[in-house]
Amino acid sequence: MTAYIIRRVLWLIPVLFIVSVITFALMHAAPGGPWQREKPLPPANVALLNEKYGLNDPMPVQYLRWAGNLVTGDLGPSYKYLGRDVNDMVADGWTITLQLGVMAFVLAVLLGIPLGVIAALRQNGAPDYAATAVSVIGIAIPSFVLSYLLVLVFASGMHWFPTGGWKGPNTWVMPTVALAAFPIAAIARYTRASMLEVTRRDYVRTAQSKGLKERTIVVIHMIRNALIPVVTILGPIFAGLVTGSFIIEKIFYIPGIGRFYIDAISQRDYGVLMAMTMLYAAVVAIMNLVVDIGYAWIDPRIRYN
Amino acid sequence: MATRTQSLEAPADLQHKPTSLWRDALGRLVKNRLAVVGGIIVVILVFLAVFGPFLTPWNYAAQDLKSVAANHNAPVPPLKFGHLFGTDNLGHDLFSRLLDGTRISMTVALVVQVVVLFIGIPIGAAAGWFGGRIDNLLMRFTDVVYAFPDLLFVILLSVSLKDTWFGNAMDGLLLVFVAIGVVAWVTMARIVRGQILSLKETEYVEAARAIGVSDFKIVTRHMLPNAIGPVIVAVTLGIPAAILTEAVLGFLGIGANPPRASWGTLINTGSQWMSSTPHLLVFPALAIAIALLSFTFLGDGLRDALDPKLRGKQ
Repeated sequence: MTAYIIRRVLWLIPVLFIVSVITFALMHAAPGGPWQREKPLPPANVALLNEKYGLNDPMPVQYLRWAGNLVTGDLGPSYKYLGRDVNDMVADGWTITLQLGVMAFVLAVLLGIPLGVIAALRQNGAPDYAATAVSVIGIAIPSFVLSYLLVLVFASGMHWFPTGGWKGPNTWVMPTVALAAFPIAAIARYTRASMLEVTRRDYVRTAQSKGLKERTIVVIHMIRNALIPVVTILGPIFAGLVTGSFIIEKIFYIPGIGRFYIDAISQRDYGVLMAMTMLYAAVVAIMNLVVDIGYAWIDPRIRYN
Repeated sequence: MATRTQSLEAPADLQHKPTSLWRDALGRLVKNRLAVVGGIIVVILVFLAVFGPFLTPWNYAAQDLKSVAANHNAPVPPLKFGHLFGTDNLGHDLFSRLLDGTRISMTVALVVQVVVLFIGIPIGAAAGWFGGRIDNLLMRFTDVVYAFPDLLFVILLSVSLKDTWFGNAMDGLLLVFVAIGVVAWVTMARIVRGQILSLKETEYVEAARAIGVSDFKIVTRHMLPNAIGPVIVAVTLGIPAAILTEAVLGFLGIGANPPRASWGTLINTGSQWMSSTPHLLVFPALAIAIALLSFTFLGDGLRDALDPKLRGKQ
């Protein structure tokens, strides 16, 4: 198992390397540069800035310089917020983005799994329809639409929560709910299908014929086995929450790192963009890795090779 | 499950005509009410996408500034001045724009899936059949694509190529197709690869090999038809994902070029007016919700119908 984990971790390095090369190439191939402002800068200044930041060097040189800095933990300067280091920007926003992602993830797991289990146990009963309704909302309403609907009803309408910002628990509620809606639905649907699959297994019938209490059968025999496939989607879901919160951050004025991303692309802020792509790609790759390892650990039938 | 003796004792069972997979699946599909409703709405959406311009007196790009002026320069509410769903602050008829948005979404749904099929199936089949180096290459490539957060890669592609000729082709839609398709085909290739790998071991494939049928023919005639179920399901469930991604691009202002407006663009406009004229937000939100739900229900129904083992409901 140790060899398997080491091999998988080492494989992350070429994957992230290729991701960085593709991003770097795409970004620099795009027309325009980081110095385009609403009021155009004088050409002399642009030339000076290009010189100062080394943007006149050949592309491979620029890439190697960036990669060299990355290895020493230096993410380089921001081209939009002149004088700011990307390290500082990431440090400021990362904990907030991570907190939002973790809260939405916990909410999604705490609601999604019970909803799926109850829906499967009371198939076609009222709880099943309630759970279905929740999943329908999660599928049908994209997070950015849900955000506005929440603002419209609970902020502008009822004044229960502020429309934006990130100052204390009551500002956390709406963004977390908006972000968690889709994963709640996904987890509930997945859990329900998995539970129904398990219901027809022989070992459940055996447990029933032994006369075990329903509670015991459900908890010990069904839920534990039904959750194995569910675990595999939790990794991608968590990665999706952390990397997908940028729209929510923009809508609710949350000072995480996500809100920089779109701006960084459209304004060719190479430093910020590269740093964030690498960070996001690392989150996704590591979550995939955690799931593969966790899956093998939960389900002894799976072998490493 | 039934043994031979049992079926001989129950000749009534044998009076049924043998049903093909497709007839069988169709029978199960029409019994699933949600899937049927989803399918009907999908047909309606396609109809609206094709014939939209004939169903409304207004062009999606036309600006009825007179009506806006008559309404104190505010967006016209629904059912006023001949605008079924009202207009935005620039006098664009919302109903016509929703119809054009339907056309954009349905085109994205169709074209992206065609791209996915044309790239994903050959590559997945080749990887599964030949194995070895091709297979390795595909799987390593998959690793890279899977490490890129999907949506962010689509956005990166869209923004960086936006100002090129490629980015402006077909009102900017070509770039949308390619950006979404580039990410989406990988999943299809993996599905086909998995199917081919498992079919490779079957006796009929071995038999075909033994009598000297060419590789190409074995894969296209004998294996792909048997692998088509999961492919259809992946396509139907890939459609709502593509529609959603396109809506996000439109919402961020990097989808179709103005004056064309996708549902996402309309939601962005609507969000700016939501406290005074919520209909500008509500109608496009409803359009997206209806499209996402019908494709998802249809896809779920198809999955249950084509693969009874995976079935949720009895």
